[in-house]
Amino acid sequence: MTTLTVNGESRSIKASPDTPLLYVLRDELGLNAAKYGCGLGQCGACTVIVDGKAIFSCITPVMVLEGRAIVTLEGLGSQTAPGPLQRAFIAEQAAQCGYCIPGMMMRAQALLNRDPNVTDEAIRAELQPHLCRCGTHMRILRAVRRAADELKKKSAEVRAGR
Amino acid sequence: MKLRSVLLALLAVGAIGGTGALLYAWESSIDPIDPRSAGATDTVMVRRGASLALLGDCATCHTASGGAPYAGGLAMPTPFGTIYSTNITPDPETGIGRWSEQAFVRALRSGVDREGRHLYPAFPYDHFMRVADDDAKALYAFLMSLDPVRSSAPPNGLPFPLNIRLTLAGWKLLFLHQERFVADPSKDDKWNRGKYLVDGLGHCGACHSPRNLMGAEEISASFQGGVAEGWRAYALGRSSPSPVPWDEAALTDYLARGSHPMHGTAQGPMANVADNLSLVDPADVSAMAYYLASLGKGEARTTAKIPVASGPGQQPQAAGVQVATPPLQSDPGGAIYGAVCASCHEGARPLPFGGVGLALSTALADDTPANLINLVLRGIPASTDGSTHPIMPGFGDVLDDRKISDLANYLRTQFAGKTQWDGVAKAVADARANR
Amino acid sequence: MTHAVSRRSVLAGAGALIVALRFSGARAQTETGTGGGPSKHGLSGSLDDTPNIDAWIRIDASGAVTILTGKAELGQGLKTALLQVAAEELKVPFDRLSLVTADTARTPNEGYTAASHSTQDSGTAIRHAAAQAREILRGEAARRLGVPATTLQVRNGAVFGPHGARLAYGELVRDQLLSVEASTTSRLTSPEDFTVMNQPVSRIDIPAKVTGGSAYVQDLRPEGMLHGRVVRPPSYGATLRDLDIAPVERMNGIAKVVRDGNFLGVIADREWAAVQGMRTLAATTTWIEQQALPDSADLPGALINLPSRDTTIHDEGRPGKPGIAVVASFSRPYLTHGSIGPSCAIAQFQDGALTVWTHTQGVFFLRDAIAGMLRMPTENVRCIHAEGAGCYGHNGADDAAADAAMLAVAMPGRPIRVQLMREQEHAWDPFGPGMVVRLRAAVGPDGMIADWHHEVWSQSHMMRPGLPGTLTAARLKSDASPPAPPVALAQPEGGGDRNAIPLYAISNCKVISHFLPDMPLRGSSMRSLGGYLNVLSIESMFDELAARSGQDPVTFRLRHNVDPRARDVIETVATRFGWAPRVKRSDSTGFGFGFARYKNLEAWCAVAVEIEVVRLTGAVRVRRVVAAVDTGQVVNPDGVRNQIEGGILQSMSWTLFERVTFDRTRVTSVDWSAYPIMRFDSVPGAVDVHLIDRPGDGFYGVAEAAQGPTGAAIANAIRDATGVRMHDLPFSPARIRKAIGA
Repeated sequence: MTTLTVNGESRSIKASPDTPLLYVLRDELGLNAAKYGCGLGQCGACTVIVDGKAIFSCITPVMVLEGRAIVTLEGLGSQTAPGPLQRAFIAEQAAQCGYCIPGMMMRAQALLNRDPNVTDEAIRAELQPHLCRCGTHMRILRAVRRAADELKKKSAEVRAGR
Repeated sequence: MKLRSVLLALLAVGAIGGTGALLYAWESSIDPIDPRSAGATDTVMVRRGASLALLGDCATCHTASGGAPYAGGLAMPTPFGTIYSTNITPDPETGIGRWSEQAFVRALRSGVDREGRHLYPAFPYDHFMRVADDDAKALYAFLMSLDPVRSSAPPNGLPFPLNIRLTLAGWKLLFLHQERFVADPSKDDKWNRGKYLVDGLGHCGACHSPRNLMGAEEISASFQGGVAEGWRAYALGRSSPSPVPWDEAALTDYLARGSHPMHGTAQGPMANVADNLSLVDPADVSAMAYYLASLGKGEARTTAKIPVASGPGQQPQAAGVQVATPPLQSDPGGAIYGAVCASCHEGARPLPFGGVGLALSTALADDTPANLINLVLRGIPASTDGSTHPIMPGFGDVLDDRKISDLANYLRTQFAGKTQWDGVAKAVADARANR
Repeated sequence: MTHAVSRRSVLAGAGALIVALRFSGARAQTETGTGGGPSKHGLSGSLDDTPNIDAWIRIDASGAVTILTGKAELGQGLKTALLQVAAEELKVPFDRLSLVTADTARTPNEGYTAASHSTQDSGTAIRHAAAQAREILRGEAARRLGVPATTLQVRNGAVFGPHGARLAYGELVRDQLLSVEASTTSRLTSPEDFTVMNQPVSRIDIPAKVTGGSAYVQDLRPEGMLHGRVVRPPSYGATLRDLDIAPVERMNGIAKVVRDGNFLGVIADREWAAVQGMRTLAATTTWIEQQALPDSADLPGALINLPSRDTTIHDEGRPGKPGIAVVASFSRPYLTHGSIGPSCAIAQFQDGALTVWTHTQGVFFLRDAIAGMLRMPTENVRCIHAEGAGCYGHNGADDAAADAAMLAVAMPGRPIRVQLMREQEHAWDPFGPGMVVRLRAAVGPDGMIADWHHEVWSQSHMMRPGLPGTLTAARLKSDASPPAPPVALAQPEGGGDRNAIPLYAISNCKVISHFLPDMPLRGSSMRSLGGYLNVLSIESMFDELAARSGQDPVTFRLRHNVDPRARDVIETVATRFGWAPRVKRSDSTGFGFGFARYKNLEAWCAVAVEIEVVRLTGAVRVRRVVAAVDTGQVVNPDGVRNQIEGGILQSMSWTLFERVTFDRTRVTSVDWSAYPIMRFDSVPGAVDVHLIDRPGDGFYGVAEAAQGPTGAAIANAIRDATGVRMHDLPFSPARIRKAIGA
């Protein structure tokens, strides 16, 4: 039995330890956001955050994840209370079919956590492992930019308030 | 301390000769030319120069990440500090627009810039000194045909006294033996052509030969293996660690295509080399392979049976590009291999897109785990120009140091049939730091 | 208020009268599978096929309003746009509406969600149905209040009369009130009164998609669901030689191994167990394969040497006039749809009835095909649309549905979810077909085109279901369905010859379509069909002729264009881009222009690009893109922009990178390493899309309008930057480098 920490909650996993995290998230924990795209680490649709880093859940067996903090898109907010990055994607209408978007958002979130002053060039470079077939790239870039600016504004307000 | 002793040695060299050394060290400036006069007209020569520039991997160092080709600015970490490559486009202010052909040829072969300053040996003039006049002139014609790009490299980050370029004269005195290429009459033309390219412009030994404490190649140990940017450049010829001995056909294929079914795909700095060679005059690549093959073969070192499917793919595509993961092993490294690596590396999809069967892996058979660890950490990223290219995900954020060590130890014993490497944990830490 | 223009209208192209099939009398095959024949009721859009108002709009006593459409959400924003139309005309707040999309048991049959027809088919139908429903409700209120209908106001889902009288829709509806056939006239809301239409309403599907809500068929988990995977043969026509089922059956979690002829599948309690079972089964299976594929190194040569059915689709003036002549041959390889999410479906077989949740483009046609495959009565099969990843045409969606149906029938009672693996989606995709265009044209001494001769070779672009033989599983199972015959889509919409007739005014012009009944590789509909290569070829030739005659490419186009709306988009782009004052930043800069009216019937779109060609590598960097589009009456401006932006980037990817690869037996481009598509490093610096507002006009399909003009603009920009005309797609770095001799 493997124990995983997903979005802050401890979960006991029945699946064999060599099962890729993607299948555990979707099939056993009933989470939708991480998507099967290629199973090869080539498209990024399955991306989640582990210990602050974006990883491909389709090629990561749960046995290497015990005791580590896993965050999925569900952990960033909900439809009723969307988080800053989710609000930015809605504001920019940054989706067509949307299938690739959760993975993109997780890598973007990891980037924003790491570097709130991120440049446009850095956003582009960071998203290189991700594919979008609908051609929504311009909006995705705008949405990440918007979220970065919002976060910066918020932290400036917090600082000013002190 | 390695670095300290090197600095002291250089200071000593500087002090020994006094005035004599200064005289030796002093190089004259060569008059600038009117940049407009250098416009190359001979398109045959330019084209030949372009092919030679690829063979010499000039753009690899003289291009910053995301920057204009040949405009320099790439940071090159060396054991002595960071050096930035220079702009070799014909921009008059920041590039070589005011360099005459004579100045260029001198720089190429002697490591002295137009104004007479010594160049750091990150620029491999210890090889380029063998470049023949015609080839050097073709390179010049090609570089002067490029669009000028205005771009200055950041200042080098070298400690005293290495930031004093005159100290380089001492280095040259010790290690640079000005010699032209001399053909061996007992060998055929192709062999001589190959040797000329390998030892000269191709500067293969710059990576594939070990270097001494002062950063100079050990002539006595040519092609015994070296390091480049944190990657191991394997020994060539009789010392090659490759589980399957290289032959001329395999070398030709590998150099021209960047992969061979029995050897895997070129990675690290060699990936760039192969990319460039894929565009070079095939006769030159063939000559290089011919010469390299003449260095001799290593022994077949694999104890594992090489599966037929390691050659051109045998398994029906019905199996997809991956196979079922094997039953979970109790060995911690074996468990990771089974769950993480096996589905692709046992999948028998033909190279370059499939994962190589690890019994064929030179990285596992080599004396150090550096390349294996680099690959596991970083993977093989997708191409940046939309061309077909193998992709392997990196596992640096998935596997911690302990697990990577476990995996390396397992792979080494299981697939190379050798005893575990020493210092795997340190190698993992080094590779991460070098990221 | 004019009626929205439907696809059955007559439309005059520039210089060539293009007559829609209303007058042909014959029922021709269309890409949507509907229309193409004489009008039945004289009604607009899909109302003509399904005239009852309550087939589209249901209002219950509580006032809840449900809109029904036979079209499907494919990521194009259809749901939101249709609700905007309904809200506008019904005068009900947008967020009080609910929507049911394509479901064989509930919604009208609107054929395939394809060919950029959804707004004009379904949007038009819903608009008229909603306007008429609103007037029926107003009339009912007038009857009850005993006042003339003209004195009543309708807003907010209620009818308001004098002295504060208010009757909500829920109170007004009674049995059968809306069970009436639509009439031929509707009182449509005037564009100046729009409050919902032509507004950038936020898409209703996006919040779930960006928060991990259940948004796709992939996310459905009906009670008792099991997971299936299929094993596909390694190549077309491969037959099973040998297999060993026993080790798979012994695996943990495997519920059943299904074999029927050459069809193989596994069913498991967990998804990963199904994957493992599938891989194990595949590894124990051997196949008899054949070398039946053409030489991929010379695909254009292989295609034009196939037997063809030749039709002169346009012949005007006296072609063969002299002038400065240019001859060129263009080709494109097979392209894959490349959904990021491999196709998926869920099927359940219970009490003799089969229900399939699917992201097909055509639930009704898929129902027929699955019923045929399983030899079941059609009425026992129900197909319900649920979103998948974007498909861009006929991809693996229908195959996955058939696979799920096969497995569900083998294990009655349990819902079975099947998702294709990446390599299955890639290898068995009904590709966008490889094509060849040969063009000969001449520009006369007056600087006008004197002669134009266009020939196009292509296999069918329309192998969508309907017949069971279009489904992979139906061809594999033991009582296999016969292969579906190749369908040639007819002009004016066309298939391989879509957009082959230039929209420009050319006095001597001949266009020949060579339909190839053979299908060297499996192929079907992919965004814009033949339009992409035909437009790229025509627009490339325009630039060549302009260059040879020393004319500016944009001016040259305008000189040959009498359609004022074409002129508008071309001039808008030229102005916004700064075409006339354009200055090259360096020798490697290139500017390119492209224009087309999609199908010569739908939206007008012009695109200009600025690129850099890195000479040493042959890589193309797109600095900026400016586009203008005229789609008639806009329903959702942001939705139109999103579609055009997406079309531009997707077309860039086709143009620069993409090619299906194969050896003599197998498709070898089975993942994203062997079939690269655009990544972020190739994304343009800026993309600006300008909409031309046409208030009160009809709806013209927009979703595919950017494909041809974008490819053409890039081709022309490469020529501008390097002096070399590229002909064979993709214009990859290696090919450009070779062409320019760097």
